[in-house]
Amino acid sequence: MSQFLNILLYVQISLSTICLYRIIRGPSIPDRMVGVDIFGILVVGVCAIISIQTGRSFILDIGIAWIILSFIGTLTLAKYLTGKKLNE
Amino acid sequence: MKYLTLFILSMILWLMLTFEFTAANLIAGAVASLICSLFFGRLFVSNVGKLLQPRRYYWFVIYLFVFLWECIKANVDVAYRVLHPAMPIRPGIVKVRTSLKSDMAKMLLANSITMTPGTISVDIIDDCLYIHWIYVRSEDPAVYTAMITGAFEKYIKKIIE
Amino acid sequence: MNNMKEIISIVFITVGVLFNLLGCIGILRLPDTYNRLQAATKAVTLGCCSILVGVIFHFGLSDAATKAFIAIPILFFGSTVAAHALIRGTYHFGITLGDKCVKDDYKEAIK
Repeated sequence: MSQFLNILLYVQISLSTICLYRIIRGPSIPDRMVGVDIFGILVVGVCAIISIQTGRSFILDIGIAWIILSFIGTLTLAKYLTGKKLNE
Repeated sequence: MKYLTLFILSMILWLMLTFEFTAANLIAGAVASLICSLFFGRLFVSNVGKLLQPRRYYWFVIYLFVFLWECIKANVDVAYRVLHPAMPIRPGIVKVRTSLKSDMAKMLLANSITMTPGTISVDIIDDCLYIHWIYVRSEDPAVYTAMITGAFEKYIKKIIE
Repeated sequence: MNNMKEIISIVFITVGVLFNLLGCIGILRLPDTYNRLQAATKAVTLGCCSILVGVIFHFGLSDAATKAFIAIPILFFGSTVAAHALIRGTYHFGITLGDKCVKDDYKEAIK
């Protein structure tokens, strides 16, 4: 069972390299931001699987903090694209 | 009243996150929730009494199941479009008029639309939603309004308004 | 009983990883930014929620399960609001809707 979980973990990690491809080769700036956003969500899945493997719960805390930080980062970048003030 | 409700809710969230009932933990949680509720209390929902009506929770549970079903349908739709060799897409932005009034209800409707098959909400101006649709199936406003918001609007009206 | 719990959690995690795979194929294949964002945010959000449901089944009633339970709504609202902000920013930045586009009501609205 844990062998299978290992394979799933490797698949999940290698999926994030696809997002890295989109970040590096994206034709326009919003394409790169889409890559960053999706990368942030995928890392949460990696954290969840690692927390099952090691049996520690603090890794899920890292996941929650990662969601919130990636959310704030994406919002800031999107606001930068629209070019308006933050309270509009 | 708003501030007190936000304080209690954030205290419950803190206790669920840390999961221990020592005195030091309770004091730290109380200080953090106090700071949170002082800063963000003015942004919280204005009519707090609605949180105590059990009828709304009943509709919320039904809404959750409808939403989950739409969400699974959306993912099958994504799988079909992505794996199809010709990729059948016909994108466009359509304008949908909604009858919901409060800001919270509009926010919940926009979030639900983002997770339904093929649609993502772009902007809300007054009571019109602008929605990017991956495959525009009809160009008649009455037909696509029923197609996009029809599944959720009546539940959200019962939950929030 | 214990074995049953393990199997349910493994099934949920496998389904989640499959959804994530579909979302990443969508990022690679679809032709323009709007459709990429659309496919990716739906598939990857539901995939990661499914993995977290698997974590809840694996740990049962404990502190880790509560943390995963809190993470699900945060992930949902965070990713949908981020996708909404990102697609609005993309439109204002000036990326066109592509040559297959049939309808654009938003152009008149922001004038």
